[in-house]
Amino acid sequence: MNETIRGLVTKFGGLPVAVDQIADDADLYSAGLSSFASVQLMLGLEDAFDVEFPDTLLNRKSFSSINAIAATLTQILDKRDVA
Amino acid sequence: MNMSVSIADAGLMARAARVATIAAKHADAVDAAGRFPREAVDAMIAERLLGIQIARSHGGEDADFSKIAELCSILGQACAASAMVFAMHHIKLSSLVQHGSESAWHTAFMRRVADEQLLLGSATTEGGIGGNLRNSICAITVKDGVCHLEKDATVISYGDYADAILITSRSNPEAASSDQVMTVFLKEQYTLEKTHVWDTLGMRGTCSDGFLFKGTAPAEQIFPKPFAEIAAQSMLAASHLLWSGVWHGIAADAVSRAQAFVRAAARKSPGAMPPGALRLAELSNMLQTLRSNVVAGLKAYEDAKDDPDKLASMGFSVAMNGVKICSSEMILPIVNHAMLICGIMGYKNGTPFSLGRHLRDAHSAQLMISNDRILSNMSTMLLVHKLDTSLLG
Ligand SMILES: Cc1cc2nc3c(=O)[nH]c(=O)nc-3n(C[C@H](O)[C@H](O)[C@H](O)COP(=O)(O)OP(=O)(O)OC[C@H]3O[C@@H](n4cnc5c(N)ncnc54)[C@H](O)[C@@H]3O)c2cc1C
Repeated sequence: MNETIRGLVTKFGGLPVAVDQIADDADLYSAGLSSFASVQLMLGLEDAFDVEFPDTLLNRKSFSSINAIAATLTQILDKRDVA
Repeated sequence: MNMSVSIADAGLMARAARVATIAAKHADAVDAAGRFPREAVDAMIAERLLGIQIARSHGGEDADFSKIAELCSILGQACAASAMVFAMHHIKLSSLVQHGSESAWHTAFMRRVADEQLLLGSATTEGGIGGNLRNSICAITVKDGVCHLEKDATVISYGDYADAILITSRSNPEAASSDQVMTVFLKEQYTLEKTHVWDTLGMRGTCSDGFLFKGTAPAEQIFPKPFAEIAAQSMLAASHLLWSGVWHGIAADAVSRAQAFVRAAARKSPGAMPPGALRLAELSNMLQTLRSNVVAGLKAYEDAKDDPDKLASMGFSVAMNGVKICSSEMILPIVNHAMLICGIMGYKNGTPFSLGRHLRDAHSAQLMISNDRILSNMSTMLLVHKLDTSLLG
């Protein structure tokens, strides 16, 4: 999952540094992720994983690092598996 | 949903009313000269209104945003510039109150603000960045426990009169433009070299000159939390709600003047409906819409304030931005409508029905963080955030 997320961060994140230089737990906003790019990234994630982020997860924390994004996605995917 | 918004207590209202009386007396002179509303701010200090937001345990009165917004409106009915000074001080104070308790220096400073009634100024706007407050060009440097910052701060309201300035910058010279911190600098720790003079259409008494800011202070005065969190969790709501309180005050006073005009006409010709009466009914509805918008915003904040995730959510941000857009847009037609009622007596300066100052002050609202910029941020969020379609939220 983290590799797919990395691919999408590369595509939509518009970061000034190469994404493979960013650790899984590094803060993406500090790395230069703008709010516009973060929304593009969210749309990309929704498309790639066929999910819709509920409003409770639409906050900075949910998308603040590669690990955080993976945890956010896992939370949604787990819920779907249960349902 | 509990619809009650806490009402400002009588004691606080009476203190604000005394300040308002003084502010009203000097409002035209402050506006004409574009000078700092010294008398009104001295009265705020005498009534100890600058520390009310601080917790009782730190010397304040635990006043929440609803009470402070009500005070902004009371003052806004008397002198919008004085009210805006009060609002901006409390917007800065909200960052200190909500994020300062994690650091010993900020906690001690909060106590000083309450004890000494210190006036806090704000420097987020920067040359080359404008109102895009979540980006900075300037960067703070830290060496041996001492921080240093220089900023081309193109607008600092009452910069010459503040006791301390809360200023944003990048967190270090290598940081991305959105990796920001906010730092408190005390008056004796900075110099201000004037670069622009605030000679404006309205809000003249805010004396929002431009300055080259140069400050050096102990590094512990940098807020430990990233500015991104401070902006999302306290500044966004505080700015839009307290500004809206001031703007409601401008509109409410314009409506009162129009009503006084219509009532005077009614007394002059008993039995006949005065010409402005129908417009006054419309005006009262417009003011009600504005008030409902601000009250709904205050309620949304009350519901979210104890939940950091909710405060950081897009839904909350869209709601607060919506409050700002609505109130800043509504006040112009309200003052304009009041002017139609009062006619030439509203257009002229120096009559009991004069509305020129109101109209000029009201024009600042849409520019104070440009509505276009806010709408464009909202439109970005609305690509993923699904709007709440319930009536009560
Ligand atoms: C009474 C008053 C007091 C103030 N006090 C302070 C203070 O104490 N401290 C402080 O730091 N600042 C203060 N400000 C400044 C304020 O917060 C804004 O930063 C400032 O009004 C924005 O200035 P601007 O219009 O030049 O900049 P910009 O935000 O750059 O906007 C310029 C124009 O460009 C357009 N625009 C720019 N970006 C976008 C976008 N992304 N989408 C769409 N359109 C866009 C808009 O149409 C806008 O009119 C004060 C302003 C006022 C009116």
